[in-house]
Amino acid sequence: MLDFAEALLDPWSTREQVIWNLQIVFMGMMVSLSCGLVGCFVVVRRMALLGDAVSHGVLPGIVTAYLITDSLSIGPVWIGACLAGLGCGASIEWLRTKTPLREDAAMGLTFTSFFALGIVLLSLEAGATHLDPACFLYGEIGLTPLSPKLELWGLPSGNQALWNMGVVCLTTMISVIVFYRFLLVTSFDCSLARSLGMPVIWIQYGLMLLLALVVVASFESVGVILVLAMMILPPVSSAFLFHRLPSILMCCLPLSIFYSVAGLQLAYSMNFPISASMALAGIVIFLPCCLLGPNGGVLTNSKKLKTRKSSRDLSAN
Amino acid sequence: MFLPIWKKLKYMLLILVLSKEASVLKAAQISSESDKDWINQAIRFWTFTDPSIQIIALGAILIGINCGLMGGYVVSRRLSMFGDTLSHAVLPGIAVGFMFSQSKNEAVLMIGATLSGFLGVGIISLLKRHTKMKEDSAMGLVLSGFYALGICLITYLQQSPNGGTSGLESYLFGSLVGLSDRDLVPLCFCLSLIIICFILLNKELLLSGFDPSFARSVGLPVDILQFCIWILMAFCIVSSLQVIGVVLVSALLIIPAATAGLLTYRMSQILVYSGILGALSGIVGCFLSFMGERLPAGPVIVLCSTLLFLAVLFFSPARGILPSWFRTRRRGQRIRFENTLKACYQVLESRSFSSQSFPQTALAQRRGKSDAEIEKEIGVLIREGYATRQEFPTEQKSELPSETMVSLTPSGWEIASRMIRNHRLWELYLTKEASYAPDHVHDDAEKIEHIIGEKTVRQIERILDNPQRDPHGKPIPSQDDIDRGWLSPPLVADK
Repeated sequence: MLDFAEALLDPWSTREQVIWNLQIVFMGMMVSLSCGLVGCFVVVRRMALLGDAVSHGVLPGIVTAYLITDSLSIGPVWIGACLAGLGCGASIEWLRTKTPLREDAAMGLTFTSFFALGIVLLSLEAGATHLDPACFLYGEIGLTPLSPKLELWGLPSGNQALWNMGVVCLTTMISVIVFYRFLLVTSFDCSLARSLGMPVIWIQYGLMLLLALVVVASFESVGVILVLAMMILPPVSSAFLFHRLPSILMCCLPLSIFYSVAGLQLAYSMNFPISASMALAGIVIFLPCCLLGPNGGVLTNSKKLKTRKSSRDLSAN
Repeated sequence: MFLPIWKKLKYMLLILVLSKEASVLKAAQISSESDKDWINQAIRFWTFTDPSIQIIALGAILIGINCGLMGGYVVSRRLSMFGDTLSHAVLPGIAVGFMFSQSKNEAVLMIGATLSGFLGVGIISLLKRHTKMKEDSAMGLVLSGFYALGICLITYLQQSPNGGTSGLESYLFGSLVGLSDRDLVPLCFCLSLIIICFILLNKELLLSGFDPSFARSVGLPVDILQFCIWILMAFCIVSSLQVIGVVLVSALLIIPAATAGLLTYRMSQILVYSGILGALSGIVGCFLSFMGERLPAGPVIVLCSTLLFLAVLFFSPARGILPSWFRTRRRGQRIRFENTLKACYQVLESRSFSSQSFPQTALAQRRGKSDAEIEKEIGVLIREGYATRQEFPTEQKSELPSETMVSLTPSGWEIASRMIRNHRLWELYLTKEASYAPDHVHDDAEKIEHIIGEKTVRQIERILDNPQRDPHGKPIPSQDDIDRGWLSPPLVADK
């Protein structure tokens, strides 16, 4: 028991460590919060795998931007990634509607090809030591505190990576709050939205743009595939706890704090990569939600289902 | 200030070391740096004299065939994203298999991978059946969750004192380096299993894939057949992992089969084509990866199959985008000038065929278009040799500009009167045989006149008993009139 407590306190023993780890935790929290907020709408629209596709599809854009500007500065990389992500989405849409391919095949074909193109471009460039393919797979959230320090009016005020992610996180939150009504109606009832005169297609594109933005901002910290985990886990777990979308969205905040703190602890005690441990922490919290959640959990639901079934049988008779 | 922290943060160093080690690219290059003569390299590759090249090429071809054949069913059953999930879900199995065997023993790794793939599939179907989660979120959850677990386990293994674990990263992007003749055994086994299954269960798989409810009513065990497909898929993915890698193996399941689906609709042909396409992209990708200094094999093979897909999508003669675009364009042009010719006939008819030529302005009036547009249309007709044009001064002293007179050549006349004949016969046919109102038939005839061939027209003529006039009372030119040529006496005299 004492060992366990020691293991828990280990990352927080000295002042330097606390500062260092707080930066990582804060970064992880912002990543999973912004991914989770976008993810709620993505999951509700049944486009969860599109998130996966877009997160793979941004790779050639990032690599091209890097090769052209020869730096990993945030502006060109974002533009390149957003262009590639949108290109990926557009070509999925085009293949789906204009060719005999079905949606799943169109998606699987496009994002794997984009990803392969990115990897090949990356490996053609000999000196691409900053861009490592493994970085795209795991992410390097542990290196957050190493990014250049910023000073505001002579005071130390966080570092570059944190500020970038903070801006993205804020943008996501503001867009979700401002466009909440539009996103809500178009997600659940497209025809109602159309009859209310909402630009359904443009809202869809806007959501895709937001998705691309969040994915690009997060890929450096958590990697291409774990972005998907950060996107799906919060809405799916909280959907077992709450019924209404605002509560599900609110629930993303405590969940993301839990993911980042628990992920860091797990990574410390087991020497795992932090990003993967964050996803594991998400799975750990998902299981009780799924089993015991008041809103459709497996164990709580089975009784209800039985009573509902028997009452249906009765009424049928 | 950083240094003490650095020491404590071992994992961070480990990530760095790992990412350096995992520069799969380095591991994946097969050609040596010193040997830069690429012609010699190419000859060395394509003559297959080097035993290591034989193994690599054979492995790439086998993987291509396996994945291509399997992909036919994956794509037709809409399991594409499922294949992606399965391929990510095998990762923890590989790590656990390694933990048990303490070496890179292929058999144990494959068993572990298959088991963990099945666990993933089972969890997806449990989540789908017993909770309100939709299929896509269940797949995304399993995909990312298993992947995260796999990454954690592999990292954990890397830190264990036991050496020789560095090969594990090659499972992420794949490499051709470590391929030995022992690795070909599972590939051959997988291929023969797929072929035997497909031959024995051909009818059953086809039926249960395309019409499951009918298959169930006939008494086929649909669920067991589906399970069969999953097992084959898992074998196929696991045996290809080492060369292609976890991240991209699903691409080889999807792309060749999707390409074959563009070429043909028959399942047996799709299987054959996608097997061939898979093998082709396997060998070409393998060659490029061999030639390039640091090209990883998996992505290159996938890119090759994508290029094949794009080539087929754009250039296949039957349904390719460019050929059919050209066909549509040509048909549009033909319809446009046939309409112009028809309008010429109508102008001539409205002047009761009094002369062979007519003013261009009359045509413009008839078609309701501007002079410039008509000028262009007539230009097309003249270029194709269907019409001629002369300038006629209407009155010597008038200040009006001279008028352009157009006349049809015999071939133009033939097409024009044929169009009129098709049009009016079809109108008559609709009113007589299909009881359309006479004022409803024009639009239909306007479209069909360009399409129906000589044979159909003759048939309609026979059914209607060689009619003379259409529902609006206009004369229908007969085949004789057309054969006799330009303004033959009966047509002028009679009508």
